[in-house]
Amino acid sequence: MYRRTLLGAAAALGLAGMAFAQDDPVKVGFVYVGPVGDGGWTYEHNKGRLAVEEHFGDAVETVFVESVPEGADAERVMTQMALDGADLIFTTSFGYMDATIATAEKFPDVKFEHATGFKRADNVSTYSARFYEGRAIQGHIAGKMTESNVIGYIGSYPIPEVIRGINASYLHAKAVNPDVEYRIVWVYTWFDPAQEAEAARTLIDQGADVILQHTDSTAPLAAAEEAGNVIGFGQASDMAQFSPSPRVSSIIDDWAPYYIDRVQAVVDGTWESVDTWDGIGPGMVGIGEITDAVPEDVKAEALDMKERIAAGDYHPFTGPINKQDGSVWLAEGETASDEDLLGMNFYVEGIEGDIPE
Amino acid sequence: MDLSAINPVLLVASLIVAATPLLFAALGELVVERAGVLNLGVEGMMITGAICGFIVGVESGSAYLGFLGAAVGGALLSLIFGVLTQYLLSNQVATGLALTLFGLGLSALLGQGYQGVKGPTPARLDIPVLRDLPVVGRIVFGHDLMVYAGLALVVAVWWVLTRSRAGLILRAVGENHDAAHALGYKVVRVRLAAIAFGGACAGIGGAYLSLVRVPQWTEGMTGGAGWIALAIVVFAAWKPWRALLGAWLFGGVTVLQLNLQAAGIALPVEYLSMSPYLVTILVLVLMSSGRAPGSLGRIFHKTG
Repeated sequence: MYRRTLLGAAAALGLAGMAFAQDDPVKVGFVYVGPVGDGGWTYEHNKGRLAVEEHFGDAVETVFVESVPEGADAERVMTQMALDGADLIFTTSFGYMDATIATAEKFPDVKFEHATGFKRADNVSTYSARFYEGRAIQGHIAGKMTESNVIGYIGSYPIPEVIRGINASYLHAKAVNPDVEYRIVWVYTWFDPAQEAEAARTLIDQGADVILQHTDSTAPLAAAEEAGNVIGFGQASDMAQFSPSPRVSSIIDDWAPYYIDRVQAVVDGTWESVDTWDGIGPGMVGIGEITDAVPEDVKAEALDMKERIAAGDYHPFTGPINKQDGSVWLAEGETASDEDLLGMNFYVEGIEGDIPE
Repeated sequence: MDLSAINPVLLVASLIVAATPLLFAALGELVVERAGVLNLGVEGMMITGAICGFIVGVESGSAYLGFLGAAVGGALLSLIFGVLTQYLLSNQVATGLALTLFGLGLSALLGQGYQGVKGPTPARLDIPVLRDLPVVGRIVFGHDLMVYAGLALVVAVWWVLTRSRAGLILRAVGENHDAAHALGYKVVRVRLAAIAFGGACAGIGGAYLSLVRVPQWTEGMTGGAGWIALAIVVFAAWKPWRALLGAWLFGGVTVLQLNLQAAGIALPVEYLSMSPYLVTILVLVLMSSGRAPGSLGRIFHKTG
């Protein structure tokens, strides 16, 4: 009770300070799960932050804290940011969800934006990108390109976002190559190059010649390059330093327009809690250049799929799709609802193994 | 569920490689602790070695020069710890922890501009007939030189510690620094040498990650390997051969865990991940011989 009073007082002080200094620049905070130099996820969020600085100049001040562990530590960092006068805080990892909500309760006048989560409040928005659209295209290329018919997948945590990516890519690999087989390794980290490299090597040792990753570093690509004859994809960032092979394409997260948009809303005083989930169409998900290591016809098909997804003509989860246990999930022609996608906790039919609890 | 997907030969081969950075760091720390100094900064020295080795490797184009640079970088960093604890008599635990934090920050600073750069990688040993032997060829003859250097270091450390006069003096300093001092041995000098050796080994272990295992530079890339190395020293009861066993055990669990997963075996990862630590605790409880050096972590002062 005492602590709450204290925090409330502190919050009030912070707010008073902010009200007092009306002409100060709008202060925007970013909480990162990895280092800004990870070359992947956090690197792209930081690019978004830099774009905000460039766009607004002196009108906006940004701060960031990198390599913040998910969990209780994150709440401490966010609280500090809010106390330091941040008006808007972007928390950029799924695991910050509860910490974001808890901090937002303590600071009702600070706006929060949580990436990839599903819990909202009056001062908490959520935003995410439809990475699965890119995954579908990757799956298509992977299914066409694999010769061993074994595709390795490095998963971070068994959360809906990652499972969605596995399912989306599997469905599209399977569609073009019925013999394709998935091997999935969970590394329980977003960023640990040594562990990611180890996982990639293990998958290659077990016969995989395509590596898909849902972790943030470029280490799996380095491992693929070392092995030779193995391809992979840039994750969250272009990772072009590994092209034309092993990196044959990539999913690029482009947060800059969204960040500029939301900061503008705070500057204008029009900010409201919203739920944004954009894909290839609005440009939040980009597909990196498909290199010449991919045959011309496969590249054309992949680009065609990209066009159809962007135009809204094609949904990567279009029935008939069964769940792993054989029960029907989507009937012929039916597309998945966002609720289903956001809570996805099952593999589709054909993927072997269990999702860890 | 497909156990046949796991190739035991490749499993053992990758286990040996995965254990190498741990082995270097653990052997270095083992010597430091045998000299009576507890340096908890292994993680910091490893990551500093990783970036120093990477920078030297990239700039010179030679992986082996990179390892040399890593050894120098790790040793220099460890000497900060050495001066603080041996001359200024600071608390070893606190200083070691500070060294880890300092090393992580320093390496991030040095590493600016080296992200996404490709470094040189040492070639695998390529002996025409031997490497084509079934099983043995891949496990014994299929590695880069640093793997063999690590094994050679086990023998060297064991020999020096148990069979040489220098090792006897080092152990005397570690067991009872007052007695060693009374006999006329330069306690501080011996310890500084041991600390520098430990730093160099940790640096090489770190560089093995940035030049061979990953191979590239990313901030925080050691991911706790230094702490595992510290656990291995305790597990090994301060004996070099057991450090090798420990490194293989810890390295092996990582590799096995990934292999089992990729083969679709639903064994909760947490059990395997914690198993080496459980074994360490068990070893500590079961083995009375696992006694730490008598003066471990104690501050030495000539007047004391």
